[in-house]
This record gives sequence, structure tokens and C-alpha cells, in this order.
Amino acid sequence: MKVTTLRDNAIAVSVLLCAGFALVFFYAPLDTDQGFIQKIFYVHVPLAICALAGFVVAGIHAIRHLRTGDPVHDARAYVSIHLSVIFGVGVLITGSIWAHASWGKWWVWDEPTLVSFLIVFLLYATYYPLRYAIEDRDRQARYASVFAITAGAFVPLNFIAVRMSQSLVHPRVFATANGGLPGSMLLTFLVCLAGMAVLWVVLVRFELAAKSASASLARLRRALDGEPHLSPTGSRIAPGVPSSATSAS
Amino acid sequence: MPALPLDEAGKYVAAAYLVFLALILIYVAIMAAKLARIDRELGELAELAERERSSPEELV
Repeated sequence: MKVTTLRDNAIAVSVLLCAGFALVFFYAPLDTDQGFIQKIFYVHVPLAICALAGFVVAGIHAIRHLRTGDPVHDARAYVSIHLSVIFGVGVLITGSIWAHASWGKWWVWDEPTLVSFLIVFLLYATYYPLRYAIEDRDRQARYASVFAITAGAFVPLNFIAVRMSQSLVHPRVFATANGGLPGSMLLTFLVCLAGMAVLWVVLVRFELAAKSASASLARLRRALDGEPHLSPTGSRIAPGVPSSATSAS
Repeated sequence: MPALPLDEAGKYVAAAYLVFLALILIYVAIMAAKLARIDRELGELAELAERERSSPEELV
């Protein structure tokens, strides 16, 4: 990946997120029920959507990896899950803060939306122990891809199941009988969502570029040490990342 | 539950946005440290290759 492209993307992220947060605090009206505390919605929900979408994207890359055997797709699946888990940490923490402010409790166990997200998060937290428990690099990549596909298919099923359940506590913001968000709130939310989505893509590309550089360095070191027969890609724990992996994600 | 007053809600909202900011900053700092290590190792390898080119008999 060219440095200029990453820099351009980083500038786009900064502009979108700054614009989104400016809209949150200076344009979007206060919610009649929750008041100022509802502003957390504009960071919490985009983080959650990007995390869950990232898990599905990882599943798609994993399918491509199993079909083609190309380690590029394995690397993309790995990095997508990594970033989505980090976003998931943000979702859980911001959600807990919002819950404490709104409901007086940091966590509510009988709320399907919260518990289902925690289950998805914990499921993906097992991706790394599973992956690193396998020594052989090819088997590691194949098993990780199977996991990413299965877990990736679980994410939309889980989402649908939660939507169909009758929630008493967690707010349903979109497609409600009352018509959902008003226009100004929806615009603010969409700008924040776009900023968060571009941030996710930029961080994925950034990490892929770093892994690609690390793999190239390892190859160079082996070549200088006179060990040409070792595996041509990858660091000790991360999947092999050829330089082509950073061109798109 | 009734809406919290602004001074009370402000702390929670600030905390949520600061958590998001901290998460991104920590991630970027870790990645920057990794890139610095790669840069340092690349410099060492370049130095090694340069020495090998200037005096190949010393290294053999």
C-alpha cells in the first residue's frame, strides 16, 4: 500500500469523524426521553455496526481463502477479526457507560441485545487461542478460515434472532412503529457511521501494511542469513502477508 | 427512568467518547511501536548489506 493512499484515507477519517462529532454536539437535537445522555448513541451504535460487519467481512475473506488457498485472504480475515474485536471492546465499554447512565446498572443480563453481543464478542475472542494452538501454518490458516466462516454466519443469524425477540429495555431506534430517528438525528448518525466505517477500513489497511512490511523484513533477514528454504511469508504468530494483501481489503 | 441533568449526563458522555478516543490512540501507538521496530531492523539489515558489499571477504 502506498503511504500517500493511507495518508489520504487517514485525512478522510479525520474529516468525517470530526464532522460527525460536531454534528452530534452542535446540530443533533436532544432526545426527549434520554436527554444529553443519548449522545452516546452516535459512537456506540456505529462501533457496534462496524464490528459486526467486520466479522461478516472476515467470513467472506475466509471463504475466498478456502476456495483459492491464497494466504492474502487469510491475512485479511485475520486483520478484519482483530479490528472488529477491538471495536467490540469499545462497544461493550461505551454500552456499559450508557447503561449505567440510563438504567442505573453497568450490565443487564436479561437483555437479549447486550448478551448476544457479548456472546459474539467472546466467540471471536477464542479465534486467537484456536489459531495459535496450531503449529502448522497451512492447517492454522485453514482451521481459522473455517472458524471465521462459521462464526461469520452466526452474526446475522444472531442479529435476526435478537430483533425478533421482545425487548423491554434496549431501545429499538430503526424501523420502529413510531417512524425511527428524526431527519437531523439520522443525518448525524449516518455521518458518524460513515466515519467509523472508513476508520475500520483504514486501520485494516494500516495493519495489513505493517504485517506485509514485517513479513518482507523476515524474508530479507532469512535471505541474508542464507536460509532460502524457509517459509517465504509471515511472522511467527501472524498469518503470512504478501505485499499484494494491502492493495484492497 | 427520567433523563439525567446535563451536568450529570455530561460526565458519562465525555467518558464514552474518551474511551473511543483512547482505544484508537492505544491501537495506533502499538502499531507505531511495531513500525518503529521494523524501521530499526530494516536499518540494521541495510547496514549489514552495505558492509557486505564494501568488504565481502571480511564477512566470509
